[in-house]
Amino acid sequence: MAQPVPSSCETLIIGAGMSGLAAGIRMAMYGHDVLIVDRHSLWGGLNSFYKKAGRPFDVGLHALTNYVDKGVRGRPLSRILRQLRIPYEALQLGQQWGSESAFPDVKLEFSNDFELLRSQVAAEFPNEIDGFDRLSRLLAEYPDLPTAGIPVMARTRLAEYLSDPRLVDLLLLPILYYGSPTPHDIEWQSFVVLWKSLYEEGFARPRGGVRTILALLRDRYRESGGGLCMNSGVAEILRSDGRAIGVRLDDGQEIRCQRILSSAGLVETMALCGPELAAEYAPAKRAGRMTFVECISLLDRPLEELGHRKTITFFNTSERLAYEPPESPFSTTSGVICCPDHYEGQEPQHEPALRLTLRAHPEAWMNMPEAEYAAQKEKAWEAGHAAILPFAPDIRPYTQFVDTFTPRTIARFTGHAYGAVYGSPQKSPEGRTALEHLFLCGTDQGFLGIVGAMLSGIAMANQHALGAAASS
Amino acid sequence: MTKEDIVLVIKDIIATIAPDEELSGLTLSDPLREQIELDSMDFLDIVMELRKRYGVVVPEEDYGQLASLESCANYLEPAMAGKEMNIGV
Repeated sequence: MAQPVPSSCETLIIGAGMSGLAAGIRMAMYGHDVLIVDRHSLWGGLNSFYKKAGRPFDVGLHALTNYVDKGVRGRPLSRILRQLRIPYEALQLGQQWGSESAFPDVKLEFSNDFELLRSQVAAEFPNEIDGFDRLSRLLAEYPDLPTAGIPVMARTRLAEYLSDPRLVDLLLLPILYYGSPTPHDIEWQSFVVLWKSLYEEGFARPRGGVRTILALLRDRYRESGGGLCMNSGVAEILRSDGRAIGVRLDDGQEIRCQRILSSAGLVETMALCGPELAAEYAPAKRAGRMTFVECISLLDRPLEELGHRKTITFFNTSERLAYEPPESPFSTTSGVICCPDHYEGQEPQHEPALRLTLRAHPEAWMNMPEAEYAAQKEKAWEAGHAAILPFAPDIRPYTQFVDTFTPRTIARFTGHAYGAVYGSPQKSPEGRTALEHLFLCGTDQGFLGIVGAMLSGIAMANQHALGAAASS
Repeated sequence: MTKEDIVLVIKDIIATIAPDEELSGLTLSDPLREQIELDSMDFLDIVMELRKRYGVVVPEEDYGQLASLESCANYLEPAMAGKEMNIGV
């Protein structure tokens, strides 16, 4: 299926992840000459899948956020499906059973019905419910798409509505874990996007997991006539007079184009633009450092039999929320427990699974010798599963197989500096960069989650490629 | 194409980009946005489909002319004159 690499195209997209594929579909649909190049042999980027010891694994996707029922209009999920001409049924979504944000002495349950979260806040924090209601009304009125503005941190704005820091921490825990590139806090616009996608809308999972979405996107892209070259990493973005004019691939071949849409990330893209811009956007100055280890355990019995029915548990073992890169290779003081089988209408793909996500120290993992690397992964699994006992059953006796990915794995498959899952704290809502004709899409443009990634690709394709072409 | 034909063309395009919308009750004079769920992304698609199917280019400053079926027909009539209807694709 290898496609010969052409010497020119109209728009070149770097990265065949969710945002790059969505952007490519939009352009290809309208006869635009578009080419996606990706360094890896498998599409999906941060959200991908693989087989190990004959067992299928998903990475990235814990949940598809932004769930809405079929027929609900004007929401991010309905908008991307409409824009990509994908029927709602094709996603085969099953809704979550129910999730929670849990601290040692207090927790809030939430589901795809916002009223559950509200009633939990009313019961646990009766003095805060008026502020919570004012906050949720304010957020419901916000537009879905982040807008450019002076960055403000969420804790600052939340303090105008909520006075109990424990409630702020409980509400922030899932939001930070699902999208913050910044320790302890998150920029307000991103907070709004995540609040809507996690609490107002909610979680679902496509039957078959991330494969189902990626297969839909890839097929839609191919049938629309888009070009896709895997195993084609970009070594340099070619420039002339402050404009991007093409790329040189790892193997030396050059591709000329009128514009580039890069999903590689802000610092990662600028690192391709020559020494001056690379220095200005050096990872040490601009990259995020929030990264994770995740242990995926396959079990010999369903978790329900062990008394666990939650879909996703965001846990924190101390009084105050811990969300920063730890001093040690990993930290068990907070994290995410995800049960990918706990969605309506889902059958386990192979064996029942539990995924445990813990914060990780990026550099510690990058240069670890192989023997220590394997030992640390084992240690993360052992210590992680001991630490979550207040929140989940002990699965260790029932575990058949474990696979663990680390910041090193994330860096290898996404190219993100430090393996930063949520990219740089600096977002670019308009997608513009220091170079003309070079635009960003994906995580560092500012949309979050899988639906956000696709919406980002669509919005940037519309704005910078189709809009320009429509009027010319 | 007559103005009536152009109305059919626009409805056909909307049926493609918004398959869930009920189009039979659309009036000619009310803004489309007040009758069905269309956002700015969808209006871009109407423009892109006109270009793809009929080679008609609508400059951005004229997007407002596409507000209702009637204004679409009036605005597009000169550009669509002599073109063949191409619906149901």
